[in-house]
Amino acid sequence: MDWAKLVQLTVDGTTLGAVYALIALGYSMVYGILKLLNFAHGDVYMIGAFIGYFIYTALGAPLTPSVSVVALFLLMLGAAALGCGLLGVGIERFGYRPLRNAPRIAPLITALGLSFLIQNSALLAFGAGFRNYDTFALDNGRLFSLGIHFHALNVSLMRGIVILAAAVLMVALTGFIRWTPLGKASRAVAADREAAEMMGIDADRVIAWIFFIGSALAGIAGVLFGVLFQNVFHYMGFVAGLKGFTAAVVGGIGSVPGAMLGGLFVGLAESYAVGYLPQGSTFEDLWVFFILIAMMLLRPRGLFGQADVRRA
Amino acid sequence: MEDPGLPGPEIGRDEWVARADERLEVETGTVARAKRAWLGLRPPLRFGIVVLAASILPGVASSDYIVRVGVNTIIYAILALGLNVVVGWAGVLDLGYVAFFGFGAYFYALLSSNQFHIHWPTLASMPVVAIASALLGVLIGLPSRRLLGDYLAIITLFFAQAFVTLVNNANRITPPGHKTAVDVTGGPNGIDGVDDMHFFGLHVTTVRGYYYLSLILFALIVPALYRVNASRTGRAWRALREDPIAAELMGMPVKRLKLAAFGFGAGVAGLTGTVFASLQVGVFPGNFDIALLITIYAMVILGGAGSMAGVVTGAVTINVVLEILRTPDPARWVFYGFVVAALLTWLRPYTRLLAVIAGTIAFGIVVHVIVNSVAAGAARGLAPGGGFLGHWVDRWVVLLTNPTTIGNIAYAAMLLMVAVLTQLKGWWRVALLPPTLYLTAFVWENRLVSNPSGARLIILGALLVSLMNARPQGLFGSARIEIA
Repeated sequence: MDWAKLVQLTVDGTTLGAVYALIALGYSMVYGILKLLNFAHGDVYMIGAFIGYFIYTALGAPLTPSVSVVALFLLMLGAAALGCGLLGVGIERFGYRPLRNAPRIAPLITALGLSFLIQNSALLAFGAGFRNYDTFALDNGRLFSLGIHFHALNVSLMRGIVILAAAVLMVALTGFIRWTPLGKASRAVAADREAAEMMGIDADRVIAWIFFIGSALAGIAGVLFGVLFQNVFHYMGFVAGLKGFTAAVVGGIGSVPGAMLGGLFVGLAESYAVGYLPQGSTFEDLWVFFILIAMMLLRPRGLFGQADVRRA
Repeated sequence: MEDPGLPGPEIGRDEWVARADERLEVETGTVARAKRAWLGLRPPLRFGIVVLAASILPGVASSDYIVRVGVNTIIYAILALGLNVVVGWAGVLDLGYVAFFGFGAYFYALLSSNQFHIHWPTLASMPVVAIASALLGVLIGLPSRRLLGDYLAIITLFFAQAFVTLVNNANRITPPGHKTAVDVTGGPNGIDGVDDMHFFGLHVTTVRGYYYLSLILFALIVPALYRVNASRTGRAWRALREDPIAAELMGMPVKRLKLAAFGFGAGVAGLTGTVFASLQVGVFPGNFDIALLITIYAMVILGGAGSMAGVVTGAVTINVVLEILRTPDPARWVFYGFVVAALLTWLRPYTRLLAVIAGTIAFGIVVHVIVNSVAAGAARGLAPGGGFLGHWVDRWVVLLTNPTTIGNIAYAAMLLMVAVLTQLKGWWRVALLPPTLYLTAFVWENRLVSNPSGARLIILGALLVSLMNARPQGLFGSARIEIA
């Protein structure tokens, strides 16, 4: 047994899983309230990665950054969160809200169209090529050279930052859902929109906030992906969205802690598949697809989902 | 407005749509008379006239290119009809539809090329491929049997992605027990040298031949689908589309019906794939991407999901328009024609219409003059493609010498303004229309017209979103009001 490889794959999978979990949260929260698959969510994540990239280069990074590394990262994350949050609110306001009472297939097709529209607008605006974050050159490469380097095992500081950032956000989100008035209102709306409205909760406002938070998390996930794996491009949101959705299903769609664990599960599974299965890296998307299929066959409500997902 | 002498409102139906026939009786004029005469014919006769008219095209077409566009249109029409079974009749969202099309094409290519040196006769391979595609469709649908709706959508979307990954990489698969890797799909290079289709010793080799072949297939599939729609199963599909719970209470096997529709659509897609593969003399992973899926969905939605005539019209319209968009000058005519047509449809009374058009033209002239006097060097571009319309566009739209950055900003601003516009009412909307229209023309001339492949994808996406919001029943579909 090659322990170093196992630990390495576990760490890699955890970082990847942290990104998936952040995407899955938005998917899951929106589904919990609107029962809508927001296909455009993956593309919001892509836009977040691009916003982060433009802040990164605009501030002179990697070679001559005009602010410290910590401030640089905070600015990137903040800008991506704000930009994507607003984008998400816009998507909800103009794409989905007019269809609140339409047949169920209508918002789904709109979501598909929106996803395609965002993707190709990005293609038009940013071009088809890869954009390189080049965080290796930042701060003399210390973000990657520092950390645990023990024989074959390499855990860079950057991975630590990504995992830490995701963990902090998830704890904050859990606290937000549990204790703040808006969090409570969102749980009420998810449980029964009509009843919540009768209790004086403005459901439209809650839904807009949920879109803001979910999209902001996706934008942050995009930046975290960018600083860790460097390459961002206009099509990255599509597959990431599918994997985020798988994570949401594995955890039980609609459940917030489920989405976090589901993301971790999918990230680890993908990492182990790449490491241990023959031709794993070529077919990594397929393995996640099999997880989704298997999950639907074995436990369709996911690890944490409510039993009653069925409706008209 | 209440028409005198008509019966009272019906519950659960859109009045305006429900009374389309009655209104037609009252309408006068040549168009209405022609429409009445056309709808008075029996459906088989109408269909026969359409097919006959279509069969003339290769005779009058001046070049093979036009015939080629015709073949593509028919293939798209059949694909859209197949998707209509799943989405329009059964109300199931199938996002893996192109993967079944691709599966059919690849399977046919494997059965009739030198990839494995298998050369089946077409009459044998076509039904085999169609049935295999249908079975694959059912197989993919099975996992989501327990859950309804959305899960099937995402499973199939994932399947479409998995299919492309698989065919892209299945050129070096080592099967268990084998020593060396086997090339199954040719990877990114695809499979080429696919046999031409041949029936009873007759080989189809020219584009014109494929035109007639696909037209025959179309002429066979439409009556078959028509029969299916009128059958017990077809009625059950529509019932479960309208209300799954009520359908289940009536004792209909809802899940089995959904799977049947799903498999049916996959079968039609696979069958179309065979024609596509031999027409193209090859199959490549890039043929079956999400862009194709969006195109077919746009066709079904534009025409009106559920209506066969609507879906075919949608397929013809979209494919022909997309083809025209490839060259700047005709594309410009389509673009401005569409804008004027849209204004004519939506802006009433005509004083507003005139105000908006005059305002837009005046706005453009003013902006043109200002920009030319302030920064003459920056706006010295010429309208791509030239032509009569381009000549006037040069004098009206500011054409930047270096349009990329400002064009991108203008594009974002345009999306924002359209969004704002949907929220305004009355004169505010009229006041904001000219700048928005001018901005749209600016983006079109500076950024989109010279980039047709990007433009068509954006247009398709925008079409889906705006149609779903403005007219979800499409051009020909009948709207319904949810009673729930």
